[in-house]
Amino acid sequence: MKAANRRYLWRKRTEKTAHVVFFLANAMGIVVLAILLGQILLSGCQWLDWQFITGFPSRFAAKAGIWPAILGSLWMMALTILFSVPVGIATAIYLEEFAPKNFLRTIIQTNISNLAGVPSIVYGILGLAVFVRGLDLGRSILAGSLTMTLLVLPVIIISTQEAIRTVPDSIKQASYALGATRWQTVSRIVLPYAAPGILTGTILASSRAIGETAPLITVGAMAYVSSVPEGPMSRFTVLPIQIFNWTSRPQADFVGLAAAGIIVLLAVLLSLNAFAIYLRNKYQKGSEGL
Amino acid sequence: MAKNTAGNEIKNSLIKRKRVITGENFIHAVLFLAASVSVLTTIAIVTTLAMETSAFFKDVSIKEFMTGLQWTPLLKPQHFGVLPLVFGTLMVTALAGLVAIPVGLASAIYLSEYAPERVRKTVKPLLEVLAGIPTVVYGYFALTFVTPIIRAILPQTEFFNALSASIVLGIMLIPMVSSLSEDAMMAVPRSLREAGFALGSTRYEVATKIVVPVAMSGIVASFILALSRAVGETMIVALAAGASPKVTLNPLESIQTMTGYIVQVSMGDTPHGTVEYKTIFAVGMGLFMITLIMNIFNQFIVKRYRAVYK
Repeated sequence: MKAANRRYLWRKRTEKTAHVVFFLANAMGIVVLAILLGQILLSGCQWLDWQFITGFPSRFAAKAGIWPAILGSLWMMALTILFSVPVGIATAIYLEEFAPKNFLRTIIQTNISNLAGVPSIVYGILGLAVFVRGLDLGRSILAGSLTMTLLVLPVIIISTQEAIRTVPDSIKQASYALGATRWQTVSRIVLPYAAPGILTGTILASSRAIGETAPLITVGAMAYVSSVPEGPMSRFTVLPIQIFNWTSRPQADFVGLAAAGIIVLLAVLLSLNAFAIYLRNKYQKGSEGL
Repeated sequence: MAKNTAGNEIKNSLIKRKRVITGENFIHAVLFLAASVSVLTTIAIVTTLAMETSAFFKDVSIKEFMTGLQWTPLLKPQHFGVLPLVFGTLMVTALAGLVAIPVGLASAIYLSEYAPERVRKTVKPLLEVLAGIPTVVYGYFALTFVTPIIRAILPQTEFFNALSASIVLGIMLIPMVSSLSEDAMMAVPRSLREAGFALGSTRYEVATKIVVPVAMSGIVASFILALSRAVGETMIVALAAGASPKVTLNPLESIQTMTGYIVQVSMGDTPHGTVEYKTIFAVGMGLFMITLIMNIFNQFIVKRYRAVYK
């Protein structure tokens, strides 16, 4: 009896301890997020002003700015979306609606999930060999964005496929029953229905394109660019590379600049992500009624 | 006359139909071309890496590369033993796993088995934010926040060290382990849990003896995925782990990983076509192979052990 009682108490205590431990593990992520944001705001705020946003990189911390990096990131994102979204959506449509369920389809599908797991720097090496050297595009925005396109393609394909799979079979079959062809069904029924999901995936892919650093270092984006990019063939820098460069300098002032750069980068990213989450919530609510 | 009109109508509609079908075939072809881009990407990755790597092995023996304990391609005398880089990568990956796996799993158990719906709804988006932060920001965090703390506690720590990079890398991977493991646990049928509770189990016992074992394939898959991300992660180690390739078990020393080396070469101005230039392809090939094997293993586990209880 006594032993049973002790065992009961022991189990009860284990349960309580486990609850606390699991809760703390869960809270840890949020605490780290708070510390990270707090520390960055604390050391970056004093550097963040209009001069910093519109200025050019400089050897003197007080004069340095990130205007070329901001423009470089915008160019990079715009071109990457331009290249990757049509190809990504087309691939997803092919795999979900057109491809016969055969060996070839399995190969393409497996290949895409493997590509999603390839380290980003390997894409950078590929970009260096194929776009910078092979096609002789040089260390340009175009070479960088083509590299980034290959990197984000799996993200767009997989999220578009998921969005297409949420389209109910019944409305597709209704369309076929009315004599519509595949493409008519896809373009008039499937795509409009899946549009919010596809848009969410596209936004997430573009935030990935803005935040990636490693492949662009390999492709040869420079840390020091003294002019704004003029076209796709310009040499360029992007926000994460500017941040990387400032962080790796020993002087404390440049670390402050890096923090200010991070604030700008995170502001862009968080608004993109918030928009994606908003779309998803709206979309989830909308589909419940169907 | 009337017969003729009807004939024309049929003819017209047949022509129209034919046009639609031609258009349809054209679209099919275009979509197929788009889908082949991803296959071409893989082929391009493999051929580029293989070509430059085989060129590299004309200058350096495979034996030296695979077994050498010194990696100094950028200094004279040059040594091309890749093991120090592999060792650095494995150490950082293992330490990051020690952070990410227990914390991520515990966090997933909390979210799936303990947390009230309201908490879940607030915590999940926050973890997603954590997962969406660019790696260069984590690198900044490692160098300017975690490293000073480690050096305050253990003063013998070098400024660039493996520990700081590993801890931050582990933190970066927590949301990934947590959300993928949680997905696996949420898929465990309610009836199994209820059976456990009906037998008088506590929540801890249900979680550890029923839910986790049943969801094991998904959980292990999330671990492997996180570790393969750790192998390929670049910016944190490039900023915080240092650039001195060596075989050591001391995480307080400066080391270099495979990814860190590729960044170091890319930052400098190594001329195209030299041995030094080709090293990044050989190292990249190694990186690609390691992560590919991990990903294939991952897919195997998911396929082999999935959905037994559905």
